[in-house]
Amino acid sequence: MRIGWTRHAIAVGMMVVGLGGNAMGQTATELHTRALAATCANCHGTDGRAVPGSGSARLAGQSKELIVSQLQGFRDGTRQATVMHQLVKGYSNEQIDRLAAYFAAQK
Amino acid sequence: MKRRDLVQGLLAGGALATIGGCATTSGVPSKARVLVVGGGYGGATAAKYVRLLSGNSIDVVLVEPNANFVSCPISNLVIGGVRRMADITSSYDGLRNRHGVQVVHDTVTAIDAAKKTVRLAGGADIGYDTLILSPGIELIFDSIGGLRQANAQGQILHAWKAGAETQALFEQLQAMRDGGVYALSIPEAPYRCPPGPYERASIVAAYLKKHKPRSKVLVFDANQDVTSKGPLFKKAWADLYPGLLEYRAQHKAVAVDGASRTLRFDFQEPVKADVLNVVPPMRAGAIAVQAGLANANGRWCHVNFLNFESTAAAGVHVLGDSTQSAPAMPKSGHMANNQAKVAAAAIVAQIKGLAPNTSPMLTNTCYSFVSPTEVVHVASVHEYVTAEKTFKTVAGSGGVSSARNEQEAGYAMAWARNIWADTLG
Repeated sequence: MRIGWTRHAIAVGMMVVGLGGNAMGQTATELHTRALAATCANCHGTDGRAVPGSGSARLAGQSKELIVSQLQGFRDGTRQATVMHQLVKGYSNEQIDRLAAYFAAQK
Repeated sequence: MKRRDLVQGLLAGGALATIGGCATTSGVPSKARVLVVGGGYGGATAAKYVRLLSGNSIDVVLVEPNANFVSCPISNLVIGGVRRMADITSSYDGLRNRHGVQVVHDTVTAIDAAKKTVRLAGGADIGYDTLILSPGIELIFDSIGGLRQANAQGQILHAWKAGAETQALFEQLQAMRDGGVYALSIPEAPYRCPPGPYERASIVAAYLKKHKPRSKVLVFDANQDVTSKGPLFKKAWADLYPGLLEYRAQHKAVAVDGASRTLRFDFQEPVKADVLNVVPPMRAGAIAVQAGLANANGRWCHVNFLNFESTAAAGVHVLGDSTQSAPAMPKSGHMANNQAKVAAAAIVAQIKGLAPNTSPMLTNTCYSFVSPTEVVHVASVHEYVTAEKTFKTVAGSGGVSSARNEQEAGYAMAWARNIWADTLG
């Protein structure tokens, strides 16, 4: 029981940090960005925290510049991929910028 | 007072450890701010993300009959003896303990959308402010004569809902003689998991090639041709299973005989098999049909794609395989997971009084094993198009594998581990 509650408390703590105080006033833009980032979570983990050892890249805490450059590399073909070059072409530059900033802010 | 009594009672009975360490999960609540019906890829994700996106400020109750989540994706590997049931089974403890979702193991038998209540098989009623239905599919057994009875007797399996039939089909293959025939009947689209039948045929062929090489795989497809990743599957079959796997398009099953494992078609001669695997046509989950939400030909549920609210009932959102799909939108676990996040964000925005997202996005990535070690994928990105009020694929995005390859077998399992964690963990 103690473990369950401790994990719960940690999760709530991370959420408050991650959103800069959701309970005190989440903005629509923050909510929409988080939902956009959730389209990456299937393979890269909730909020970019990939399952350790799964083989998927962790996005949480990577620098914004690195994420943007990797994604642009997939898009223009300078970086080889099996599937990411197909997926990244579904996102605008503005969306990529928002995604990269969001994942960079996660721990 | 009641809750304290309950906790003390549980402690006295030593039952606390078995309920995941959260006393609030034991009873059936009388009311939920958000009530989710169905704990598959759509419903479990919706429950988690309403909690996550609201900073845990909106209470969520999830009603799911099964004790554990059993994944349809990867289940074909269990049928082929490559993986075991434990590998595709996850618990709901993460939703309970990490996200504070109240999970009730019961079945919803009726919905009163006017009074905003549901009734459980166990007898209790739960009220709600917002209802999310993710009931998966109902197999229409009676569209194929004799199938309901043959399935009930365990003679002819579908194994199209991961669970007991998944393991049972593997055991039928294990018991089959070398030189036997495995026949698979595929329904007309739309059905759950477009590439799923072709993956199954491939994996069963791989199993037979290794263990019972004189056997045959016969694939009878009601469709005009392979409905997903066609060239990739056909090349794999020609390269890996020549003389073992035969594909026959435009074979629509109309009847079966369970005792003799005979499959009858609308036009062609009947076929006998040693293991007969019939996937019948399907529609929205039974509760959605019963509640009057299946307003697309009586089979699927039309939704407003901005928030997945039913067009038949206000305050009721429908996710996943039960929905009438937008163009090029597959009925897949990945898609249900993505739809759930769009719906969860819209519901959180509504409850919190925030502006709704007018340009939601969805992705789909689907890996299919063509052998135990080689995989092909199809991927797509979908954007909401306001003028047409639907999702469409983003021009220039998406695609399939250039060729089957071993690298993506690793990525397929990475996908599985991450989507299971994203849905339930």
